[in-house]
Amino acid sequence: MMKFRFRRQGNDPQREKIKQELFAFNKTVEHGFPHQPCALAFDPQLQLMAVGTKSGAMKIYGSPGVEFTGLHRDAAAVAQIHFLQGQGRLLSLLDDNTLHLWELGGASRDRGGAKSEGVVYLEEKRNYSLLGRPGLESCSASRVTVLLLLRSCDLLCVGTEGGGIHFLDLPRLSLRDNQSLLLDQVMQSVPEDYRCGKSLGPVESLQEHPKQPGKILIGYSRGLVVLWDLSTCNAEHMFLGKQQLESLVWERSGSSFVSSHSDGGYSVWAVASGNTYTHQPVSSSIPYGPFPCKAINKILWRTIQSGCPVVLYSGGMPRASYGDRHCVTIQQDKQHVTLDFTSRVIDFFTVHTTDLEHDYDDPKALVVLLEEELVVIDLLTTGWPSVPPPYLAPLHSSAITTSCHLDNVPAKLWDRLAAAGNSQGAQPGVRHAHGSWPICGGKNLAPPPRQQELLLTGHEDGTVRFWNVSAVAMTPLYKLSTANVFHTDCDPNDDPLDPTNDPEALQEEEWPPFRKVGCFDPYSDDPRLGIQKISLCKYSCRLVVAGTAGQVIVLGLSDEWSDHTVDVSTVDLLQDREGFTWKGHDRLEPRASPAPFPPGFQPLVLVQALPPASVTSVMLHAEWNLVAFGTSHGFGLFDYHRRTAVLARCTLHPNDSLAMEGPLSRVKSLKKSLRQSFRRIRKSRVSGKKRPIPTPTSKIQEANAALADQEEVAPVQRRIEPRSADDSLSGVVRCLCFADTYLRDGTHHGPTLWAGTNSGSVYAYALEVPGVGSGRGRPGGEGSGCVEAVLGKEIQLMHRAPVVSVCVLDGRGKPLPEPYQASLDLATAPDMTNPHSVLIASEEQLKVFSLPKVGAKTKFKLTAHEGCRVRRVAMVTVCSTAQEDYSETSLVCLTNLGDLHLFNVPALRPQVRYDCIRKEDISGIASCVFTRNGQGFYLISPSEYQRFSLSAKVITEPLCTVELERPLETHISDDAAIPLRANGTHRNQAEGLTEDPQCGLSSPPPLSPLDSPLSMADVSLDTTGELTVEDVRDFLTSVDEVENNLRNITEEDGCSLGVLIT
Amino acid sequence: MNKNHRVPSNRTLGAVEVKSKFGAEFRRFSLDRSKPGRFDEFYRLLQHMHRIPNVDLLVGYADVHGDLLPINNDDNYRKAISVADPVLRLFLQRKEEADYSAFGLDTLTRPKKTVLAAMLLRPDANRKKPLVIISLPRDFRPVSSIIDVDILPETHRRVRLYKHGQEKPLGFYIRDGSSVRVTPQGLEKVPGIFISRMVPGGLAESTGLLAVNDEVLEVNGIEVQGKSLDQVTDMMIANSHNLIVTVKPANQRNNIVRSGGAASGSSGHSSDSGTSFYGYSSPGIALATTPADIIQNFHPEELESDEDDEDLVMEVDGEAMPIPRTSSASCTIPFIPRYMPHLDLRTTNGALASHNRSGSLRTLSTADSGLEGRSLEEEGTVITL
Repeated sequence: MMKFRFRRQGNDPQREKIKQELFAFNKTVEHGFPHQPCALAFDPQLQLMAVGTKSGAMKIYGSPGVEFTGLHRDAAAVAQIHFLQGQGRLLSLLDDNTLHLWELGGASRDRGGAKSEGVVYLEEKRNYSLLGRPGLESCSASRVTVLLLLRSCDLLCVGTEGGGIHFLDLPRLSLRDNQSLLLDQVMQSVPEDYRCGKSLGPVESLQEHPKQPGKILIGYSRGLVVLWDLSTCNAEHMFLGKQQLESLVWERSGSSFVSSHSDGGYSVWAVASGNTYTHQPVSSSIPYGPFPCKAINKILWRTIQSGCPVVLYSGGMPRASYGDRHCVTIQQDKQHVTLDFTSRVIDFFTVHTTDLEHDYDDPKALVVLLEEELVVIDLLTTGWPSVPPPYLAPLHSSAITTSCHLDNVPAKLWDRLAAAGNSQGAQPGVRHAHGSWPICGGKNLAPPPRQQELLLTGHEDGTVRFWNVSAVAMTPLYKLSTANVFHTDCDPNDDPLDPTNDPEALQEEEWPPFRKVGCFDPYSDDPRLGIQKISLCKYSCRLVVAGTAGQVIVLGLSDEWSDHTVDVSTVDLLQDREGFTWKGHDRLEPRASPAPFPPGFQPLVLVQALPPASVTSVMLHAEWNLVAFGTSHGFGLFDYHRRTAVLARCTLHPNDSLAMEGPLSRVKSLKKSLRQSFRRIRKSRVSGKKRPIPTPTSKIQEANAALADQEEVAPVQRRIEPRSADDSLSGVVRCLCFADTYLRDGTHHGPTLWAGTNSGSVYAYALEVPGVGSGRGRPGGEGSGCVEAVLGKEIQLMHRAPVVSVCVLDGRGKPLPEPYQASLDLATAPDMTNPHSVLIASEEQLKVFSLPKVGAKTKFKLTAHEGCRVRRVAMVTVCSTAQEDYSETSLVCLTNLGDLHLFNVPALRPQVRYDCIRKEDISGIASCVFTRNGQGFYLISPSEYQRFSLSAKVITEPLCTVELERPLETHISDDAAIPLRANGTHRNQAEGLTEDPQCGLSSPPPLSPLDSPLSMADVSLDTTGELTVEDVRDFLTSVDEVENNLRNITEEDGCSLGVLIT
Repeated sequence: MNKNHRVPSNRTLGAVEVKSKFGAEFRRFSLDRSKPGRFDEFYRLLQHMHRIPNVDLLVGYADVHGDLLPINNDDNYRKAISVADPVLRLFLQRKEEADYSAFGLDTLTRPKKTVLAAMLLRPDANRKKPLVIISLPRDFRPVSSIIDVDILPETHRRVRLYKHGQEKPLGFYIRDGSSVRVTPQGLEKVPGIFISRMVPGGLAESTGLLAVNDEVLEVNGIEVQGKSLDQVTDMMIANSHNLIVTVKPANQRNNIVRSGGAASGSSGHSSDSGTSFYGYSSPGIALATTPADIIQNFHPEELESDEDDEDLVMEVDGEAMPIPRTSSASCTIPFIPRYMPHLDLRTTNGALASHNRSGSLRTLSTADSGLEGRSLEEEGTVITL
């Protein structure tokens, strides 16, 4: 039977065509902040900023919406990036000592008949490995320390560890033979008494003379600075510094320069002509002295027409008291601010006038790239406020624990949220600067978004952040903190009114004048505050957030400040179950006194589940004023209008002891085992990631080594046993669902509540909601009586797999509309005349049952056929590219192998399958969230969402153009021809081996690189709140698999070689 | 022989002559045909006659066709009395050393017609008839079988394990490994999945059909080649209620050697290839990777009707029961042996429903589901899908 179906479908060209018009998989854009950035550059001419990452990705940003990425073939960290100004080319230096020249390329893409212009990407044109001695790299004298691109853009000076300087022609990237400037040449001109027989050390800085092209300033580590004339190959001037040098910067006129040193001081040197040697600087100071200070790593000296020059430098803090701070100091005359960041300073630059006609720098803004965020300071406005960046938002300012997407957000809600967000932004120190965003290169060609989309992220510190994800640039809209509902031990730092938080007040007393800048704050006051589940009704502006300590908070939107106490209601989910004692954490203590709540979402009721286990699912039905929530012990139903609990149902299995332990102890042990497995990975990586040297002997050796390895390792075993009823955590409520449908008989429909558990049970309750239901009055009436819940059905799936989702389908097989959609005429009314059905998705199979009889109609046994398990499912409506009004509702299903399967509904026939996430990336898989129109997001690192699209029509991707001096080369290309573009996403070698044979259902998956930039050793469990035991088990097993795959690869190499020999 | 000379003339018609054999001893006595009494009385009588009061016995009799049939309840006792013509020949065995296999088989020298035995012992052979249950069903439940012997190459074995919710674990482990295949390019090492361990006393071990180091080739008709250990694990667990694994035994010496010509389709299965029947993976690829000599012939319905279709739905009518307090108590009830119409997995709902009505099956669904027993008294509340 099924064979037939597949066959017929596979061969039906008509259907194939429709499928192609409907479905297409694209990874479109990365939102958030690049993981582990390590290089920064700016092109003042094009107004573009480049960020390089540890995984070899380069991301270019201009004005909001303008962004493009490039990815090095080797996953080596990007050490430096330099723009060839105005040319749309850039040079990157990797930490494997290779240089790469990149060029912006344009492409127009043929997508579904409509050409989309403006796909700009980076393409590697050339690369150069210095002196070709990679084997000796780390200690070698040829290791590159600094690069200097002359303004003419035709010559690259390369300073090395050994002190030599080499010259490369650009853009050919070829070495000028015999022109290298070696130490001996310089030494000849150094006076005898300075030499002391010591080396000058590595080249620390190279700076071109601002006025006289062809002259460069060379700074050696030991302190010697040489003004070198390239045309005459002659040292014009020597500055005999005694202090170890860190960086150099010219004053704009070229009459002086500034050097910064490892002792935390900086010196100003005058460049007077005629004098060959200068022994002393004009002035010298150690700003945070007199006690020993750390080095000033980089210094900038910017002149201003209207006053004293601005000095900006990083580091230099007193070693003993503030040596661990990450600081950048801005100093101008008497004004002095020490920007105090929460993460390491990678690099910084100023946006200033580069026009040669202009006599002053007049810096507009300071851009600081930190390890975890980007901070921009407006230098034109007094007080130097920070400017909120329109992109590169630090998603992970506290670890993301859950997320939730809403599309078609009504303008009313949007505006109120934006207003609430703006009032939050008006805090001191984060004030909105008047100046606009300083980096404004390129032109955004993307059409304005068709609808407003919201992404809500729940965080470990109890905040919920609302992001605008309507377009390519993901911007923060509003931030909600739930910590002030509770009484916590720590100072309520989240309280925006707290005067101790005011940096200006602190400034008076303290030296250095610290100012906290940025929002990255990974430390949570209390892990119990963590947000686990979110449900928002966009029409009624009701929000429910539920957290780690069993708290379920119902909030309403308000535009005014409010001072009120929050009603607290507890629901005991254990009921009178004997023999259980909760050993986990305590509940959070609700705040007794009224608290001030800022405009925005304000708490109405706090429902506390007991035992206070983490909430595992939550569902809001604002039209019925009901909220349902589930934990590992059971589920409850609460009427927040009447503030009464309607139902509490225990789902515990008597043998389930783990459910009583609480998550914290488990997390710890999970973390431990994860850590161990990471160690294993790291080990295997170290051994597996040998640089492939293409000699046959080494290959054989490797193969032999791999074989030997294999014999050592005890094989991994898996037990084959059916799930039993008393598996641990069987009572966890995995999903909840409200629906107006036929539960008890085929003639009367009414409100129902569905709950699915970890052990394959589904409970269906018929609800009596006053004013709702057949034959009753209109909703909204002050109906008397309470909501009642009557158990209607219990379904036990025989395979006992966890129920991932329950969804009721109407008479046409379409999912029921959201609350209010039908009553407000925002969606087509559900078909209530034909029989309804319910789609129950478990981890193992998808099944549609008829209602009210609950007879099986269709099913698809995914695990039995594919060996993969369902992790996430969602109903998506995908529009056709060909016909404007044609759309199909599909069930999309993300599996533990990281692939996406699409099924039609209710027939549950497989439509397409795409590889999406690496199966090792459990936090990626656990974080995936789908939109209703066929897009999705998942975390590729703690700080970045990858956005993807399953729809051929709805694609949110950067479309932009950059005005260059040279014409932008334009290719007409299909997607596959575009080079690697995702962030650090190298295709895992092991992947191709196991995945490819089975991906053939219909359209082959596009050649999209599999994510993610994480070297797996860096995954922190904290980033996802929804890891289940299975996830971890999956992960642990997949680790072994990786090892095995690696082994297999090497083994195969060995084998094929053997064939060659014979 | 002497039977032929016996003439039942001077016996009263109401008496049944009983010849009871226990070990080497015979006892003769008679019973009143019209008032046979109950089985337990009869059982005690037997113990008394043989002077073995404390020995557990298995009572069998030879029916008219010479088949050895058991007597263990009132029904078959009465049946035995009624068919005795004129002698009822009993065979007593100690229960602990009983040879169950003798029952129903044609052990008593009658070569033809085992129809009655078949009828009585396989109640579902004709499901229209009201069934007389004459033996403990667990004695007759298949736990494993070798299937498709006729179509598989001799080096492969397809084993079906029946796990009807019993407590015995499936009891085996699998691991990664590599096997050597012959390819046009010569020998090639390919990754494979192997059985790594047997749990002592588990189902897999007790069947003797699977062994450590057997290579797993298919799981319920799906090839495992190219699948990871975890995928195969998940597939096996998902199919655990009716697991069919095709293995290449590590020990090839016990293979069934078939003489000449391929055995005909004695299993009655049609032999259409089901290779791509699960064809979620593209048919072309699946075919390409299928070793040409493996042909699958599962019947779709057969696999589709496996137990997981029997998701249990409980209708709860009547009063609101927001918080059932005792709901999970029944989960701890020790497992009740139950009767399953297992021999033919194509049992329809109708058949099941009719069993249900017969009354003796009411408990089995409870055990089957592990669900609350609280509403099970209600008529027809349990249905299977």
